[in-house]
Amino acid sequence: MKVTKIALILGLASTLPNLVNAATLEQVMKKGVLNCGVSTGIPGFSATDSKGVWKGIDVDFCRSVAAAVLGDASKVKYIPLTAKERFTALQSGEIDLLSRASTWTATRDTSLGLNFAGVNYYDGQGFLVNKDLGVTSAKELDGASFCIQAGTTTELNLTDYFKSNNMEYKAVTFDTSGQTIDAFKKGRCDAVTSDASQLYGLRIKLDDPKSAVVLPDIISKEPLGPVVRQGDDEWFNVVRWSLFATLEAEELGVTASNVDKQLKSANPSIKRLLGVSGKAGENLGLKSDWAYQIVKQVGNYEEMFENNVGKNSPLNIDRGLNNLWNKGGLMYAMPIR
Amino acid sequence: MAVYTMKEAKPAPSTSKGLVFWLRENLFSTIPNTLLTLLGIYFIYTTIPPLLDWMIFDATWSGTKEEVVKEGARWIFIIEKFDQFMYGFYPEALHWRPNLVAIISIIFVFFIPRLSSIKIKFVSMLLYPVVCFILIRGGLGLEVVGTEKWGGLMLTILVAAVGIIASFPIGILLALGRQSDNMPIVKTLCVGFIEFIRGVPLITILFMASVVLPLFFSDGIEFDKLLRALIGITLFQAAYIAEVIRGGLQAIPKGQYEASESLGLSYWQGMILIILPQALKISIPNLVGSFISLFKDTTLVLIIGLFDILAMVTLTNSDTSWLGFEIEGYVFVTLIYWVFCFSMSQYSRVIERRYNTDH
Repeated sequence: MKVTKIALILGLASTLPNLVNAATLEQVMKKGVLNCGVSTGIPGFSATDSKGVWKGIDVDFCRSVAAAVLGDASKVKYIPLTAKERFTALQSGEIDLLSRASTWTATRDTSLGLNFAGVNYYDGQGFLVNKDLGVTSAKELDGASFCIQAGTTTELNLTDYFKSNNMEYKAVTFDTSGQTIDAFKKGRCDAVTSDASQLYGLRIKLDDPKSAVVLPDIISKEPLGPVVRQGDDEWFNVVRWSLFATLEAEELGVTASNVDKQLKSANPSIKRLLGVSGKAGENLGLKSDWAYQIVKQVGNYEEMFENNVGKNSPLNIDRGLNNLWNKGGLMYAMPIR
Repeated sequence: MAVYTMKEAKPAPSTSKGLVFWLRENLFSTIPNTLLTLLGIYFIYTTIPPLLDWMIFDATWSGTKEEVVKEGARWIFIIEKFDQFMYGFYPEALHWRPNLVAIISIIFVFFIPRLSSIKIKFVSMLLYPVVCFILIRGGLGLEVVGTEKWGGLMLTILVAAVGIIASFPIGILLALGRQSDNMPIVKTLCVGFIEFIRGVPLITILFMASVVLPLFFSDGIEFDKLLRALIGITLFQAAYIAEVIRGGLQAIPKGQYEASESLGLSYWQGMILIILPQALKISIPNLVGSFISLFKDTTLVLIIGLFDILAMVTLTNSDTSWLGFEIEGYVFVTLIYWVFCFSMSQYSRVIERRYNTDH
């Protein structure tokens, strides 16, 4: 019986290739809920609070898409996924959208049948050092010892960086990020290196978080963004423009608290964003107030950033590269018109 | 007439009783023993008091995160996140449902074996899983709670219980199948299944179930992730149970098989009335050992994104307001695991005694 079942499954798989590509937007609207893949716990990106409610910048992006498509940011079903299963879950149709701090790379974008819809966080490998060390730049770390997590690309990047700068280093590797920061606490290394967004989380675990600083140098590119299935351009557009809408809202100064007032704004860009004029929503296959719902229910990009990882959160991460293009960052939304 | 007077009893030789004797006999009998004893005392002295200090005397039991003492355990973290450790994301207003299931289960475990009526026993055994399932998942007028909301200790127990209960009958059938020399096809299938499953780690099976299997299904078929994991775990456990029971079957003397045949009993009658009761009885210690290891193996579901109680440590430590409480989380989970595994092994001894028919 088992054999016939497996044969049946294999048969099904060969006769029905990728039925999954069918219109995701339509399906989400029909189901009335967005299946959003998140992490199993990354501080500031996706994690639960004491009440079991999902919070984080990636979670807020799920909510934005739900607000745009369904008009209700709470209609999200969060599917926690480990790093290994995240792309399969998207390929198989278990989730409609993957918002799980995934780095946009050529391999992933081209060989997995997936598309990255944009970047909602520019991350990169950085360094956490003790203030007592008196170091202000990574270039001064010649001969230092580093606590790193084994089996990640972190070590590779570190080697490359030090080789290209003709410097020496000593690596002390650990299994988990918890062990890494413990070792740093006990003085077994001069610095910890990991993705900058994680370093801020690790810093809080120190007895005195103010005793250590994250250096401004970033030695690798880790653009994190939402992912959708390839071949469903309609859905891809919805996800991409939901992201742009949050950035556009920040640029235009539209926030969750003033969005109702802004509806009466004379600024044509704001009018088009909030659906007072233009056909942006209609062309996406959404209601005209799609972006209004995002800003009203979730907020603009600045609010998402500051509440989850920035000033208003314990992580206190600087905007840095994630600032708007006209404020020295890389965040640039295509115009809505 | 000589009167018999009882002689006064002599006191026991002073060296053969009492604390001093016991100490000398058991702890300081030889020089190596003395050294080991001293070493042991030193070890206890250096570990236990600091541990107690950390866990109890210097620990923080209440207050806010900001005013904790860093030297001791900060149990306020566990108190704050207690609901998540127990129920995962199960809606707070409905916590009574898993609680009720827990109470029913305790009653079931302790009172069902005492019932004399086989009929009531049988009916309640069939009803029990159905009632529990409806209570936890909902339906029949109760609000439905999707499996993605199940987690914590509740999920750990559920996965272990389903694994244990469902794998047991399958295991018995596999063991009998492997023993049946007169049915070569059945035997080959059983041997093949058992050896295949035992040749793969549980992690592989779970990965197959969570990552590979969905690729075969078209979009219309939604196959619950927890269900997939449960099927994987049940099949895995069944293979091990089969081998444990086969060990029991082989220990039954051939005379017993022949006796059941000469009584005119059919194969199944002989098995159910004569062979299996004896075989299962001698398999109890190994069965429970296998169940305990399954209980601990359930933590592997965390690699497919299900939040059992151990995975909850990581998740609750990702809350930006509560970073850096891993140690408290792991110690708490360790204690819970120990309590459950120890209770299981004690329960096994109770059952062993109850079914002990040695003369």
